[in-house]
Amino acid sequence: MIKPDSLLKVDRLSKRFRSKWAVNELSFSLSPGSIMGLLGGNGAGKTTTLSMLLGLLEPTSGSIRLFGHDFVKNRHAVLHRMNFCSPYVDLPQRLTVRENLRVFARLYGVDNSSARIEELTADFRLLELMDQPIRRLSSGQKTRVSLAKALINQPEFLLLDEPTASLSPDVSQWIRQRLRDYRDQTGASILFASHDMREVELLCDEVVMMSHGRLIEQGSPQDLQDRHQRGSLEEVFLALNEQGGGA
Amino acid sequence: MNSSTIGRISALLLRYFFLLRSSWPRLLEIAYWPTVQMIIWGFTSVHFSNSSPELTAGGILISAVLVWDSLFRSHISYTLSFLEEMWSRNLANLFVSPLRPWELILSLATVSMIRTLIGMVPAALLAIPFFGVSVFELGLPLLGFFLNLVFTGWAISQAVTGILLRYGLGAESLTWMLPFLLAPFSCIYYPLETLPGWMQTIAQYLSTTYVFEGMRALILHDEWKPDLLWKAFFLNGIYFILGLGVFCLAFRSARNRGLLLQSGE
Repeated sequence: MIKPDSLLKVDRLSKRFRSKWAVNELSFSLSPGSIMGLLGGNGAGKTTTLSMLLGLLEPTSGSIRLFGHDFVKNRHAVLHRMNFCSPYVDLPQRLTVRENLRVFARLYGVDNSSARIEELTADFRLLELMDQPIRRLSSGQKTRVSLAKALINQPEFLLLDEPTASLSPDVSQWIRQRLRDYRDQTGASILFASHDMREVELLCDEVVMMSHGRLIEQGSPQDLQDRHQRGSLEEVFLALNEQGGGA
Repeated sequence: MNSSTIGRISALLLRYFFLLRSSWPRLLEIAYWPTVQMIIWGFTSVHFSNSSPELTAGGILISAVLVWDSLFRSHISYTLSFLEEMWSRNLANLFVSPLRPWELILSLATVSMIRTLIGMVPAALLAIPFFGVSVFELGLPLLGFFLNLVFTGWAISQAVTGILLRYGLGAESLTWMLPFLLAPFSCIYYPLETLPGWMQTIAQYLSTTYVFEGMRALILHDEWKPDLLWKAFFLNGIYFILGLGVFCLAFRSARNRGLLLQSGE
């Protein structure tokens, strides 16, 4: 369903690699200030969708409207208002945390970047890591730095690809809380790709479930559970799989 | 160029400055190879000056080595800076930022120029006390020769970085191979007439040939031939457009195939 006041409107978005449709006629919208989970198993098309929403991948067909702009044709009009974090994309390994944040602050044209870096240093408890090169950090520390980088420009739209993958439960919980705080403080919208059903349930206001590149279900976590009379999103997902919609 | 563009380019320059600062071997390496090359060819030149003085007149060998190295250094500096982004899996972070591809190209070219000068100037200065050869005596034409070879280096780099984007790090060896492919045709150490007919035909389409022919005329015969320099600039203009074309096509293809997110080791 596409809402008129949406920050992001994805309409019949498709991507074909040779003969395989990685994403097929996907339509959804994201309201300002909401957190949406893009949920699906391996190969469901989550990362492909995210790549198209970041401008890293050209759609085969369909449209993406972001902040009222045609994102496919003119992504540079809005890239400064968004940011991204993924455990599969690294920051320059030899640079220290401080150097990385300084570079990205300048890249995004952040005003008063020193103050912003100090703020993020405190928020993400980076003080003791600031002069460490990225390559010496643990996975959890790297994720914290990547999230600090993703928030450097105070994005109105934040895209996250499995940001808590391979992290311990306490660090994952801590990161979820930071993301929720950020949304509450700034009114930003967050799109979150994950195959961790529990995480999506805990964090997201809305969920788009994908399988084989198609949207198979959409709604708030509670709506989906009520609609399918299940106790959790995981059960909803498994039930949809059994019905033939899933992986 | 607006302030945002300058800000983004300066961000990348800062990134490469931090990278160099973090590793003294990298910094040392910039000046190391040109100096070693100059010393080896310097002694070769000293050796030949006794048996065949016409081969080394006016320090032609050392000057040729130094001028040729400006092409190699500019290309390597440009491409290695790009490869750093691939090795560290940082390209996706750059391409989702407001940075435009042409700003990336301009940043890489600027870094390349700085690194080339850091590498070449000490080697050229050391050639004066070591072998009594000063390329700076070529005067203003030296700037023309240098700029031409730097432009050729950048044109090759644009094509190579495009290929790296499209085919990944498997194509990394092209970085080292391509400049050497040009070398035999470029008449660095010998005149054009030395080459067999078919090689002369190819050489005539290379900007580098005109640079070295012009440099030889100036050093050996004290004859300044600006037409050779203009021909080189003209050809470099064509190469630059072709290199840019390859990069743009490869970027589009990589974007179409979803390679920008996956690029890296």
